[in-house]
Amino acid sequence: MKELLLGNAAIARGLYEAGCSVVSSYPGTPSTEITETASEYDEIYSEWAPNEKVAMEVAFGASLAGVRSFTAMKHVGLNVAADPLFTIAYTGVNAGMVIVVADDPGLHSSQNEQDSRNYAIAAKLPMLEPADSEECLSYTKYAYELSELFDVPVMIRTSTRIAHSQSIVETSDRVVPDTKEYKKDVAKYVMMPAAAKARHRIVEERLEKLRQLAEDSFLNRIEMGDTKMGIITSGASYQYVKDIFGESVSVLKLGMVNPLPIKLIQDFASRVDKLIVVEELDSIIENHCRKLYLEVTGKDVFPLVDEFSPNLIANLLGLEVNEGISMEEPLPQRPPVMCAGCPHRGMFYTLNKKGVTVLGDIGCYTLGSMAPLSAMDMTICMGASVSSLHGFNRAGGKNSVAVIGDSTFVHTGINGLIDIAYNGSDSTVIIVDNSTTGMTGHQDNPTTGYDIKGEPAGKIDLEALCKALGIQRVRVVDPYDLDQCSRVLDEEMDALEPSVIISRRPCVLLRSVSAKPPISADEDKCSGCQLCMDIGCPAISMKDNKTRIDATLCTGCKVCIQLCNFDALVSNEV
Amino acid sequence: MSTKNIMVVGVGGQGNVLASKLLGRLLMNEGFDTKVSEVHGMSQRGGSVVTYVRFGEKVYSPVIDKGQADFIVAFELLEASRWLNHLAENGQILTNTQRIDPMPVITGAMEYPENLVEKMQNAGAKVDAIDALSLAEEAGSSRAVNIVMMGRLSNYFDFSEASWNEALLSTIPERYMDMNFKAFALGKNA
Repeated sequence: MKELLLGNAAIARGLYEAGCSVVSSYPGTPSTEITETASEYDEIYSEWAPNEKVAMEVAFGASLAGVRSFTAMKHVGLNVAADPLFTIAYTGVNAGMVIVVADDPGLHSSQNEQDSRNYAIAAKLPMLEPADSEECLSYTKYAYELSELFDVPVMIRTSTRIAHSQSIVETSDRVVPDTKEYKKDVAKYVMMPAAAKARHRIVEERLEKLRQLAEDSFLNRIEMGDTKMGIITSGASYQYVKDIFGESVSVLKLGMVNPLPIKLIQDFASRVDKLIVVEELDSIIENHCRKLYLEVTGKDVFPLVDEFSPNLIANLLGLEVNEGISMEEPLPQRPPVMCAGCPHRGMFYTLNKKGVTVLGDIGCYTLGSMAPLSAMDMTICMGASVSSLHGFNRAGGKNSVAVIGDSTFVHTGINGLIDIAYNGSDSTVIIVDNSTTGMTGHQDNPTTGYDIKGEPAGKIDLEALCKALGIQRVRVVDPYDLDQCSRVLDEEMDALEPSVIISRRPCVLLRSVSAKPPISADEDKCSGCQLCMDIGCPAISMKDNKTRIDATLCTGCKVCIQLCNFDALVSNEV
Repeated sequence: MSTKNIMVVGVGGQGNVLASKLLGRLLMNEGFDTKVSEVHGMSQRGGSVVTYVRFGEKVYSPVIDKGQADFIVAFELLEASRWLNHLAENGQILTNTQRIDPMPVITGAMEYPENLVEKMQNAGAKVDAIDALSLAEEAGSSRAVNIVMMGRLSNYFDFSEASWNEALLSTIPERYMDMNFKAFALGKNA
């Protein structure tokens, strides 16, 4: 059947058709929808794991037991899962295991722009790179064959433009291979030095066999056109090149980006006048060509940063491009903002007013760094707020807190809190608990009490957990109550021992949260003092020096009412 | 036929992704090779969002670059202006005249520009502007702006009413169907 599927949904379809039976992932843009879609197939056991390392180990365990397994993550998630990755590369698999890593060139929703192909090289694993949804589906299925044929976990790399683009795929039925028998094999699976040394030899031999496969695999194909220019490319860049040049250049499209073929590339180079590599981010294919002593145009022309576009490639290869019409007027930007009624707002407003140094983390609440809340001083990676706060304070840092979301806390924030408790740090950690994983589109997590299918599941009691770690001072506040936030923050920051404040209220976008009637602004009472503007609520603006509430956005959270000294903001709640 | 390009632009939360799903469904059913490129994640939180829809005999790039869009369908006026440079020669802008203030305007750092429809026309764009918010409210929900604009867009193609209906039926949850059909018709006939 023909279907128009998102790249991510096509990968999930590939999992279904390939008979994959266990999927474990942590959400991360642009990879999230793979696992969400997989969870809609009842034949596949799917779950959200607390982090990518756990997810990868779950997938490995399932492979060990004999069924096809899978995990997906964003590029920075692979950093977390790198530890098992490098040694699963040694043990190999029992049943097929496939790992998707989704890169984000252009940083649509990420904190860095790392190129995950480097991981495949470093871990000596095969990596496929599809260029549309059809290939997302077919490569996923083929990856399982490769995995079982070469006894290796297979990586698939996507990027935002492949993961989040829909194109047409042909679907077929699910075929489940027989479960492979689990056999105890200490030399293969217990990676003590002697065994691992032997396995390393196998890894190198396997890589060479995979390279030979790359020479004449259907994954890598030459599309001969005019021979003046020959372009080697992969993924989204392939689509841009075809869009610009059609048949007027020759193209070597690589569907397998590690290991790279040698003879195939030499052969292609010999058939064209000028060899060009078009690849986003790092110069991996280009460096490979240079090692083969090929003369090649690559990063001398193309940038190492940001995502490519058809115009960018055309322009850098000397073609004239249409830059379109424009108005001369500068337009205001529209950065993402915390939603009206967002429970994070009250806490960030309080932190801003107190001039606290805020070590932040990854999630919707990273938007607390934007004006006018401007209450964040650092954001690095998942969990870094908590551990960095301890280091900051040990080095004499003062008037400081960590802010981390519920899902991020469970992901890797908990480790930092153990350090704070164990080493007795006078640090205050604020867990902004909105009962969901917000930024990636509202996934459940171990603190919400529901699983990936929305069924009741195990639930972490955050207060009890923090106390069990050894934190004596654990407070819960409602971020809609500004006085309470302020008072508790003062008390906990003054305390000379570790403390945790749980700022708890569910995300307003959750279906279970019903909005209250919008606030009214009384024009006669409004003095135009603009104090209510300090919370940066998108529902509040000023017109003719009077506060105006956008009733289509306002959720009636009443935080603004607490700022008004003139009773000009009125709740309509009965 | 050569590839046709439609951009759907707006503010995160306005139903951009749903509208492009509907278009994708319609175009695939009409037998075209179709690509739809969406934005997920951070920009969906009230930021500027864009979706690219491309169709034709064979579509390669999932994105539409500057000077290439045959249609820009905007759910908000400032967003129509922001993407103006993506319009192809003889391209058509369809815009909702609704104004949603972005944070720099809310904080007073910048003004919301006036007379944007005229300014786009002066820059050389054909602009079809309607008050889609009022029409959506008339249909029963301010959230139906996206479908009002899809109704408007339907005037520019020869696809049958049955094709549009099928696309609506397959993308919109049943309990909102009547309201959305009304919104679609109001946009088409406004």
